[in-house]
Amino acid sequence: MTEPKDFIAGIGSDIKKSQKRVLFVTRRTSAQVRVFDEERVQTYPEALFRAALAIELLTIALVLISLFFNAPLEGLADPTNTPNPAKAPWYFLGLQEMLHYFPPVVAGVLIPMVLVVALVVIPYFNVNIEADGLFLKNRHRRLNIFYAGAIGLSLFLWFFHVYVALIPTLVIAAIMLVAAFSSPTSSQPLRRYLAAKPVSWWVMTWFLLELIVLTVVGTFFRGPGWSWVLPWRS
Amino acid sequence: MAGKIDDYIAKLERTRVWRSVFRSGTGSSTLHRALAIQQNVFLHLFSTKVRRRMLGFKATWYLGTLTLGTFLILVITGILLMLYYRPAVPQAYADVKDLQFVVSSGLFLRNLHRWAAHTMVLLAFAHLFRVFYRGAYRPPREFNWVIGIVLLMVTLLLSYTGYLLPWDQLAYWAITVGSNISATVPVIGEKVRFLMLGGHQVNANALLRFYVLHCVILPLAAVLFIAVHFWRIRKDGGLYVRQSEPIREPAKEDESAVLEKV
Ligand code: HEM
Repeated sequence: MTEPKDFIAGIGSDIKKSQKRVLFVTRRTSAQVRVFDEERVQTYPEALFRAALAIELLTIALVLISLFFNAPLEGLADPTNTPNPAKAPWYFLGLQEMLHYFPPVVAGVLIPMVLVVALVVIPYFNVNIEADGLFLKNRHRRLNIFYAGAIGLSLFLWFFHVYVALIPTLVIAAIMLVAAFSSPTSSQPLRRYLAAKPVSWWVMTWFLLELIVLTVVGTFFRGPGWSWVLPWRS
Repeated sequence: MAGKIDDYIAKLERTRVWRSVFRSGTGSSTLHRALAIQQNVFLHLFSTKVRRRMLGFKATWYLGTLTLGTFLILVITGILLMLYYRPAVPQAYADVKDLQFVVSSGLFLRNLHRWAAHTMVLLAFAHLFRVFYRGAYRPPREFNWVIGIVLLMVTLLLSYTGYLLPWDQLAYWAITVGSNISATVPVIGEKVRFLMLGGHQVNANALLRFYVLHCVILPLAAVLFIAVHFWRIRKDGGLYVRQSEPIREPAKEDESAVLEKV
């Protein structure tokens, strides 16, 4: 005689088609529930296959590039022979450009630290969450702060001869000026667009423009002694 | 022929061994596909369902996905490169030269690793700006934004430590420029540089340290934080949706419009 088996083997299959949320409403709170019933698809295969396809296309592009362009390899490292200019990798050339104007502690330590901290704190400030157009609220005060900031920064850059960074700053300041005197109900789409942009948008766009300009200048337009060169004339 | 192979695979998938490994079984039912995600330790980082409108190109430009793609290419080509490379002076340079001229496909391997590395840095920045302009850093995603910044730092460090490994003039002086900057930090600067380089200037010790960072510590950190990054996307309720965006796909609406006409 055999004992009755004391276990069950198999996989349960009572998984619902889509998850439901359960909400407890305690007394003295009024619940307001907005229901969005939107179309969901399965991660496998829909999302994963699309991701795989994107990665495959990228791989093909990189393989083609690797077949036609060779990675640089110079002579053996020689501590006694300093190349002129000695350049950092391209993504640090913006900082190296700053190194040309400011002492190393400022350009190489202070600026990157400020950048990282500034990026990290973005989502922790309510102005960046609400993201109202910069000049729509407290207009008078904000305009004054903008004037002071833009003029102060421009003078500072001018004083240290950082014209490479000054030009993008002036460009952004000019566009901000247009935004300041545009209404979000303007008939021109561009002015409507600019008027609605929050402070974080302006700062980040300025940062992006500086990043591009400084990196391009450092990569292509800087030669011996960090002097200006034209890449097509070397 | 193809039919035969399909039959064989189908048979294999029904075996007990296969079923013990892939518990979800095979099949294209909703349940099976949900289990394919849910029963897999890696895929379990993702939710089993996603909003259809998040699959379009518009929301993310697929930049995060593509950054992951470059990372995968780098892991594979990197492991292969490690087979031919010794982190010592002067062997390192000779090994890279051999990769260029002696090892079969060595040149291609090195090219792919190098261009993928540059692309990864570029894509990580592009992804950051895309996420920013979309506003996807908003709560509850703020911490995933921070993890993203950590990933950007890891990416930059990976690229920077890799830059030294060929031990050519380009590598040597780029790292020298960088390490001289760290020496200017008040008070601890010199000590930081000594710790980083294992000496007062870039030398064989620095090469070994950069190698260990580049091939072990930083890739592990990247894998770890990428896993957390993906897990947080799931826990934060999937990708960020703007309230103003239409819930139904325009294509769908077109379809129903056509149906109404018929
Ligand atoms: C190694 C680097 C990184 C990898 C592999 C990566 C991967 C991904 C992937 C695959 C997604 C899903 C959406 C998409 O495909 O774009 C995503 C979303 C996200 N990433 Fe990254 N990421 C990286 C770096 C960053 C950086 C530098 C940031 C910003 C500081 C960031 C912040 C975010 C945020 C906030 C989301 C959610 C976006 C949304 O909800 O729409 N990530 N990441």
